Amino acid sequence: MPAISFQSVSKSYRSARGPALKALDEVSLDIEPGEFFGLLGPNGAGKTTLISILAGLTRATAGRVTVHGHDVQADYAQARRQLGIVPQELVFDPFFNVREALRIQSGYFGVRNNEAWIDELLESLGLADKAGANMRQLSGGMKRRVLVAQALVHKPPVIVLDEPTAGVDVELRQTLWQFIARLNKQGHTVLLTTHYLEEAEALCARIAMLKAGRVVALEHTSELLKAASSNVLRFKIDSALPPEFRDKARVTGRIVQLPAHDAHEIERYLAIIRQAGLRVEDVEIRKADLEDVFLDVMSAGYSGKPAAAQPPAPIDLPPVSDAREEAKLEAPLP
Amino acid sequence: MSGWQTLFYKEVLRFWKVSFQTVAAPVLTAVLYMLIFGHVLQDHVKVYDTVSYTAFLVPGLVMMSVLQNAFANSSSSLVQSKIMGSLVFVLLTPLSHWSWFFAYVGSSVARGLAVGLGVFAVTVFFGQPGFAAPAWILVFAVMGAAMLGGLGVIAGLWAEKFDQMAAFQNFIIMPMTFLSGVFYSIHSLPPFWQRVSHLNPFFYMIDGFRYGFFGVSDVSPWLSLAIVASALLAVSGVAVHLLRIGYKIRG
Repeated sequence: MPAISFQSVSKSYRSARGPALKALDEVSLDIEPGEFFGLLGPNGAGKTTLISILAGLTRATAGRVTVHGHDVQADYAQARRQLGIVPQELVFDPFFNVREALRIQSGYFGVRNNEAWIDELLESLGLADKAGANMRQLSGGMKRRVLVAQALVHKPPVIVLDEPTAGVDVELRQTLWQFIARLNKQGHTVLLTTHYLEEAEALCARIAMLKAGRVVALEHTSELLKAASSNVLRFKIDSALPPEFRDKARVTGRIVQLPAHDAHEIERYLAIIRQAGLRVEDVEIRKADLEDVFLDVMSAGYSGKPAAAQPPAPIDLPPVSDAREEAKLEAPLP
Repeated sequence: MSGWQTLFYKEVLRFWKVSFQTVAAPVLTAVLYMLIFGHVLQDHVKVYDTVSYTAFLVPGLVMMSVLQNAFANSSSSLVQSKIMGSLVFVLLTPLSHWSWFFAYVGSSVARGLAVGLGVFAVTVFFGQPGFAAPAWILVFAVMGAAMLGGLGVIAGLWAEKFDQMAAFQNFIIMPMTFLSGVFYSIHSLPPFWQRVSHLNPFFYMIDGFRYGFFGVSDVSPWLSLAIVASALLAVSGVAVHLLRIGYKIRG
């Protein structure tokens, strides 16, 4: 029995004028017990709507969602006992201190004598010295930790984190991921949505990508990465880009990244740069990572099946041996 | 503690932590009413033959405070946690709509009674009303507070911003409590306004409550009981229904 099962889940919002907005369109996916599953998609793709339906905060227009076999509507009490949800918004109850908030949350689930687990949560999340602090006095990062603790206080087998690391500092991200990874090893199922694709790549064994309310990719992370066996040409430039690159290039300030399917394409890019007489710096060729796959999928360039591996044609550029190892051309091109 | 008891405890703790604002302030307001209306009207208004105006005023002020604070408790808690987003902590729990209802209404009754006791303890120095039939006092205080707690749940679910909440409070709850005979016996009104007052369920709450102190009232306490019980049932029915469908809290 899957830990979480979304079965043809659709959600439309009525709008005063014009057609109804379809936030989710027949989303079906199963998450097995013990999985670390990533749900990715741009803003507005429907990730939070899907999680809200799972949590019972929103009702699906059509379809069914179960948690360990319990329907989230018909059998909501059992379903919610299985779920620990970390909401995306940084919300808190200003009337209580950290320990009170955790005791109360525990009590809602009817869990008594929970002090030992509460202490362990406080310790593991680095909140031990904040136990008596009022929620209002905590920094954003600390509030985020309390949200995680609140979600886990009734020891749910399924943990759902909706962008838990948005706007969170590096230290907390590390603490949080170590803790969640530990829980996952102990058998907890984890469903994660995140904007940090590096995080998803490192943590999630399987990934679903949502776009405009539809599942556009559902694969093991390694398969997804294989599917985009292409390379990326990355360089810095101060002048305007040649028109040939406009549609393809991903531009972040001075940094330009161009996806390339094979070495010929990289060669062609370099030729265009040379012909335009542009001065570029820090040229690198790297293997595509999840971010590239993601952008590929979102621009509908992804077929849904891993592409046949194509060995790059030999050209006289330094070889790319590893995804992270970068071949740098020290001298700027003429 | 079971789930609903925890929510009840949390709601009581919530108002108790700010008791200066939620308990002490309404007590002071009632004392001011007592001082001013008692002083101005003591020699001009005769309500029942045997009862001084200030003594007459005590139960009315107590009940008015009970009702207004019971309403304020559930409504402000819900609207505040909706706007702050912290209602999600309760929405994610397995608590049923009945648990919500009993916790929110129960804590409203607790706050209403706490304020009522406070108002009574202070205003009783101005005029002793006596305890002719104490069981009626308790029955009407609890039922009135529960009904207003239920109305507070409805208003708290409906209101999306503090402005709407204030409108509900100032344009519905306040006039209905003020025009229910807190400061006067409706027998002193012209016949038309007497008939209008009979349409106000708040009138029966205060009249029945006052009967518990004086053993005299404008209408029979049994009639008041029947009307207040019906109103309580109707309000509870609506509140439970709205909680069950997740009106404005579950999309």
